[in-house]
Amino acid sequence: MEDYQLSKRKYVLGLAAIVVVAIYIARLFMLQMTSDDYKTKADSNALMKRIQYPARGAIMDRKGKLLVYNQPAYDIMVVMQEQLGVDTLDLCESLGIDTAWYRRRMAEIKDSRRNPGYSRHTQQVFMSQLSVEEFSQFQEKLFRFPGFYIQKRSIRQYKYPYAAHILGDVAEVSPHDIEAAEDHYYQSGDYIGKQGVERSYEKQLRGVKGSEILLRDVHGRIKGRYKDGQFDVSPVPGKNLTLSIDLDLQALGERLMQHKLGSIVAIEPSTGEILCMVNAPSYDPRLMEGRQRGKTQLELAKDPMKPLLNRSISGTYPPGSTFKTSQALTFLTEGIITPQTAYPCSGGFRYGRLKVGCHGHGSPLPLIPAIGTSCNGYFCWGLYHMLGNRQKYPTVQDAMSRWRDYMVSMGFGYRLGVDLPGENRGMIPNADYYDEHYHGSWNALTIISIAIGQGEVTLTPLQIANLGATIANRGWFITPHVVHEIQNEPLDSIYTTRRYTMASRQAYEAVVDGMQRAVDGGTCRAAHNPWYVTCGKTGTAQNRGYDHSAFMGFAPRDNPKIAIAVYVENGGYGAHFGVPIGALMMEQYINGHLSEASKAKADAFAAKHISYGNYVR
Amino acid sequence: MQKKKKGIFGSIDWLTIILFLVLLALGWGTICGACYDFDGMDNLLSLSTRTGMQALWIGVSVVVAFVIMLTDDRIFDAFSFIIYAAMMVLLFVTPFVANDIHGSLSWIKVGPFSLQPAEFAKFATSLAIAKFMSSYGFSLMGSWRNMLGSFLLILLPMGLIVLQRETGSALVYFSLFLMLYREGLPGSILFAGVSAVLYFVIGIRYADTLIFNHSTSLGTFLVLLMILIFTVGMLYTYAPSAKDGDHVARTRSYTPLINVAVYGFGTVLLSTLFCLYVRPFNAAILIMAVLIVLAFYLIVRGLVDHLYRYCYIGLFALGSLAFFFSAHTILYKVLEDHQQKRVLVLLGLKDDPKGTGYNVIQAQIAIGSGGLEGKGFLNGTQTKLKYVPEQETDFIFCTVGEEQGFIGSSVVLVLFLVLLLRIIQVAERQPYAFGRVYGYCVFSIFFFHVLINIGMVLGLAPVIGIPLPFFSYGGSSLLGFTMLLFVLLRIDAGRNRQER
Repeated sequence: MEDYQLSKRKYVLGLAAIVVVAIYIARLFMLQMTSDDYKTKADSNALMKRIQYPARGAIMDRKGKLLVYNQPAYDIMVVMQEQLGVDTLDLCESLGIDTAWYRRRMAEIKDSRRNPGYSRHTQQVFMSQLSVEEFSQFQEKLFRFPGFYIQKRSIRQYKYPYAAHILGDVAEVSPHDIEAAEDHYYQSGDYIGKQGVERSYEKQLRGVKGSEILLRDVHGRIKGRYKDGQFDVSPVPGKNLTLSIDLDLQALGERLMQHKLGSIVAIEPSTGEILCMVNAPSYDPRLMEGRQRGKTQLELAKDPMKPLLNRSISGTYPPGSTFKTSQALTFLTEGIITPQTAYPCSGGFRYGRLKVGCHGHGSPLPLIPAIGTSCNGYFCWGLYHMLGNRQKYPTVQDAMSRWRDYMVSMGFGYRLGVDLPGENRGMIPNADYYDEHYHGSWNALTIISIAIGQGEVTLTPLQIANLGATIANRGWFITPHVVHEIQNEPLDSIYTTRRYTMASRQAYEAVVDGMQRAVDGGTCRAAHNPWYVTCGKTGTAQNRGYDHSAFMGFAPRDNPKIAIAVYVENGGYGAHFGVPIGALMMEQYINGHLSEASKAKADAFAAKHISYGNYVR
Repeated sequence: MQKKKKGIFGSIDWLTIILFLVLLALGWGTICGACYDFDGMDNLLSLSTRTGMQALWIGVSVVVAFVIMLTDDRIFDAFSFIIYAAMMVLLFVTPFVANDIHGSLSWIKVGPFSLQPAEFAKFATSLAIAKFMSSYGFSLMGSWRNMLGSFLLILLPMGLIVLQRETGSALVYFSLFLMLYREGLPGSILFAGVSAVLYFVIGIRYADTLIFNHSTSLGTFLVLLMILIFTVGMLYTYAPSAKDGDHVARTRSYTPLINVAVYGFGTVLLSTLFCLYVRPFNAAILIMAVLIVLAFYLIVRGLVDHLYRYCYIGLFALGSLAFFFSAHTILYKVLEDHQQKRVLVLLGLKDDPKGTGYNVIQAQIAIGSGGLEGKGFLNGTQTKLKYVPEQETDFIFCTVGEEQGFIGSSVVLVLFLVLLLRIIQVAERQPYAFGRVYGYCVFSIFFFHVLINIGMVLGLAPVIGIPLPFFSYGGSSLLGFTMLLFVLLRIDAGRNRQER
């Protein structure tokens, strides 16, 4: 049956085969040649970059005492596929969790939106950062829970209950942290320094993450290294930090400040290194370890006394009479006064109906005894004469600007640049400020209280301590910092460069004399001691509540080793708390220990309570 | 015959044998790639590995091929019905003695091996239908008995294989309609069949993809567009030619074509533009209404002008619409949810619990990552790390794509094309209907396997689990394809025999 018409149909069928193959080759071309998309997807399928975490740098105090180190912690991992049939109740009991928590956690793990890398075949974090004790208890029962595994990690451990605000803490990065990092370093689950030097030296402490590229099969199981590890990068361990903090001094300071609000900052004048930075109230940094951090953080944040606040650098206070030294320096250098210039003080500064009160002392007084007795009148007259000097300054605004320049040169009004997060700049008013505030009609009398560290002027305790360091150095300071040394890395040059103030050396000598007078026979008599010559200045800062007690000083007078500021909120006269605490601190640092008498005194001060009632700052 | 007597050896189609051997070698290499594990590898020829097993089956196949070439070709003609009957009995018995393997009841254990009788039924069915259609005076369209007999021979194994829950393998028998077409089945029936499949597959596949701001189902839109294109195409093809009448009649008879094309495509174009730039609405309803009007117009026009082909074309359009919407309605409204899902999964149109969609995406990632030259033998990550499911069997072409790239995959496709065209050539040169019909059966079955298997991997065809000849892992299918092909070669080798 040769049917010619039908025989032609072989062409139709042959053509159909050719068309199909042509279409398929076109499709292959589309898939394989036109886009790299599939290649990228294939790589993200099969290649898993496993991060290798470097050890975070340790932190030591200035004498090499280990303060912060890494401790193994244990994450409990679960493989969903294998954990079926586990006695949930028993598990919860062993881990000290309730079944509601268990169910919620399991649901979270399975939620692929919140846990994008989820696979039933791989280990997922069930509970993180168990301590060694918790882990060892659980480990004994582990055999009863198939599908549950232990993974070693490391957490920060703090050796001492001190210096919480300086050390800071680490926690998992927040989405904000990940976005904010310019180098795109962080991934979800990484740790980052949140406070203190952990945060400010994050880059040095964290090291550099390494990575290994692994081949991963469809179930997420690892099947070996990609190209035998050719593209792997080993992690670089974090650098160790040596702080300039003297732990003994810090510990004493924290003890002395118990039951009080306030701050102690001590600086080594020659280097700008911060020897101690005490904040009261404080907290035990060990409470921030591992899983407790969240809970502790929440509790502390709710405390009305604000224990999380680093008052030393973010609290701004009226400096009170400690500020008078800066005024003396300004007036002397500007030639408004000489050390011999005497101003009258009959119970204070009086001008017309204006009166700034003072306590009883001889009158009139020259500069040195005026500092020694902390005469209010003297410094009010000084400022009055400076701002009112129309020969030297064409307008009061010019005089004010000049005054402000001096203040700024001494480190006031702006952030000093300490290597800790959260520093406040304090407040040094300028002419514009008053022009606006008083609509242009103001003069020295309007603002006279700034001469005695009241009014608009506020400083941080760090700035007050730095004033002490500047006077100790007779005219310069190095930006205060808490890190003495970074392993294999020089400090930032701002922490090695001297910053000179506008005041003259002679002026400083006079002020030093005045401060010595205060210790030898003035307001700071309690700081007098047989071992070395101390210079000091009290401050009693008025505020809405009971006066703040302040002290600023340094010792020894020549080649000073320590400059210090003590600020006790609502502590009354500077001599009540500031001076004795400051004296004890200086003794501890210079002598390396406290004398018997001082020990008793320290115990007494440690026990002193200041009642803050319902007062909330 | 006047030809010089040619021995069997001289009449063997060596080109096909070379193609067969090349494909076997490439197939085994690809299995090595698909089974290779980065964890390390046993001896490739160890029988505990799939590569070793496949090598064994290749050996068996070559021996069987050799044995087939040594037999007398006339026994296939003589025993075809007996082979068919025996095979049908085996197929019938299989579900009762088979072990349930992933829901399939098609495997029989013979000693250490498992065999799938369904793979051998293709060759038996081809023989039987060739025998039936080569009987004296047979004409497919000659009597309804012939037609019915042919259909029954095809439908019987299909039904039995469906009972084994191997729908994919059963669907293969539909491919024999290609052979029937060659043997005289009207092209319009084949065309209607292909159209129906296209309407169904495309309409359901894209039913849930919404276009025009979620107002119109892409599936419905595409099906309506296809109906319109087919209608216009038929009007163009079957428009009266010069011999049908005078000039006036011809001119007049082109008007329906122009009307349908202008109004049909005009509606599609305008509604698309309106949806995109003015306000989205369900364009499918408008297009459908226009199509119905045009279909009735064609029918009326055909009746008035006594040009009944217009009536048929109009009826085709109406029938297409009716088919699509009744299929749609039955699937989504009449069937229960689980039945509906089963149909869709069986046809590879919906994700099954293991995620057919996932499989297809992974397959395309694997192939796409191959690039021009591929990652090299045994270097594919996607297939090695088991991202591609069924990678030694149904998705074996992924390994070709990933490791051999565009060049290698194209070479494999072209090899299959050459094989298919060669089979047509071989079939056409048979002196008797028996050889030709059998040859076209072989062509149809190979064509369907290549079309569906590679199309599925490339994301162009529904996911129907059938093997790629000579590549997919599995002894039964390899042996089945070898027997199918070599019986043809044996018949072909005997074409020059003088006496018959």
